[in-house]
Amino acid sequence: MSETPPALEIFGVSHRYGARLALDDVSFCVAPGAFCVLLGLNGAGKSTLFSLITRLFALRQGTIKVLGRDLSQDPGAALAALGVVFQSRTLDLDLSVAQNFYYHAALHGIGRKEAARRTGELLAAVNLADRAKDKVRALSGGQMRRVEIARALLHHPRLLVLDEPTVGLDIGARADILKLARGLVAQEGVSVLWATHLTDEIDPGDDVAVLHKGRLRAHGVAAELREKTGAADMKAAFIALIGAEEAGGAW
Amino acid sequence: MVTTGEPAPRHLTFGAYLICLQGVIWREGLRFLHQRERFVSALVRPLVWLFIFAAGFRQTLGFSIIPPYDTYILYEVYITPGLMAMIQLFNGMQSSLSMVYDREMGNMRVLLLSPFPRAFLLFGKLIAGTLVSVLQVYAYLVVAWFWDIQPPPFGLLTVLPALLLVGLMLGALGMLLSSLVKQLENFSGIMNFVIFPMFFASSALYPLWRVQEGSPALYYVCQANPFTHAVELIRFALYGQINWIALTVTGACAFVFMAGAILAYDPSRGLMALRGAPGAGN
Repeated sequence: MSETPPALEIFGVSHRYGARLALDDVSFCVAPGAFCVLLGLNGAGKSTLFSLITRLFALRQGTIKVLGRDLSQDPGAALAALGVVFQSRTLDLDLSVAQNFYYHAALHGIGRKEAARRTGELLAAVNLADRAKDKVRALSGGQMRRVEIARALLHHPRLLVLDEPTVGLDIGARADILKLARGLVAQEGVSVLWATHLTDEIDPGDDVAVLHKGRLRAHGVAAELREKTGAADMKAAFIALIGAEEAGGAW
Repeated sequence: MVTTGEPAPRHLTFGAYLICLQGVIWREGLRFLHQRERFVSALVRPLVWLFIFAAGFRQTLGFSIIPPYDTYILYEVYITPGLMAMIQLFNGMQSSLSMVYDREMGNMRVLLLSPFPRAFLLFGKLIAGTLVSVLQVYAYLVVAWFWDIQPPPFGLLTVLPALLLVGLMLGALGMLLSSLVKQLENFSGIMNFVIFPMFFASSALYPLWRVQEGSPALYYVCQANPFTHAVELIRFALYGQINWIALTVTGACAFVFMAGAILAYDPSRGLMALRGAPGAGN
């Protein structure tokens, strides 16, 4: 390969549940080292897209590539480069933080010694080094989220996808999580796809893909999208992009 | 730097497969240790049958000498293989119950995110569940030993491969069912429609020739029930013998159930994709 492929490439993806079309010909890319926000209301199709990226559902139409590795043709290689934080909690509450990490490491073929080293590093990076031996159940919501992000990085993925990671967190914890993810992009060069319905999580320089009713309404740098719509802020721009009357009930 | 700049490697080594398998088994073991009630109830259930049901029935049922036994036996001795299989039946269904729970809670999603082939991951999960069930069976045999149920010592060894195969078959059946069940509540229904009919319409509690005397139709149902063959496989193995028909049927069923479960969890062909939206239908 002569040039770096996009961290995530979504091309012509459609998905339906029975007769209902949940995704309609969605295409966009996440550039290497980019912080890309997938913006959409609840039910816009964000979770469906995540289920396709994480292979819970089969891709019926279109292509998804992680670092140029086709998810349908070479799923193992694609998944090895992908880190995921799901919307619902996926930690084993009865096990300790470290035990959760060792299990995840084993699922990626990483031995215990190396797993222990990485666990120490990652927990230190999210300021939870002293909680390694605690049961997950004893952590707060914000701490669990930080643990989940650290765990998603155990196998050193180059792309991290997060599905509404700040849902249910207080303002302080939300800011922490967002800072953590942005730090990964700035310092580690990890690419991030951040799904949310909250426009205040967007920075002017972020890449934004607006999803509405299964269709990609807009894709571009946040500041440019705002300018194009002539809106005063990102929230107004979002409403303009998806149509004011449709956004009305949701705000 | 907490992550490397290099993309993850494309291919997994044999050693990596072993690490993964070990990890899946280790987690199952940890979960089992943490759920002490599960272990206690797995042990108490067959003991209730042994101490109460078998004692009460002892005088009611008379037995002729049937293989693999070479002498008249007590009813307690007769139902022991059936109770061993029952432990594994419950365990198989219970670990699949935990898969439904896992899927709802998201742990299953973590498992399926692993870059290893899905068939391998599910097989690893089956092995882990089977090992737990074998531990439970031996714990039961220790207690039963003091209740004067003493199979030949070498039988305790020869029964091990039979227990592994039966564990795999019942675990795979549970896994197949778990893929068909969308939510936890639906599962208790399947337990009633699977566990009880399988257990009662088998040779676990009564020899099939006695069933035939009572109801020829039920006899054929029992013959067609894979659980009957699982019980007979264990019964013969416990006395150092091989029941070839039971072995063939159990092996074939294990294979079919496993293939079905792997297909069902395959995203491109499976049943998961045909169902509603993610996050349990929101």
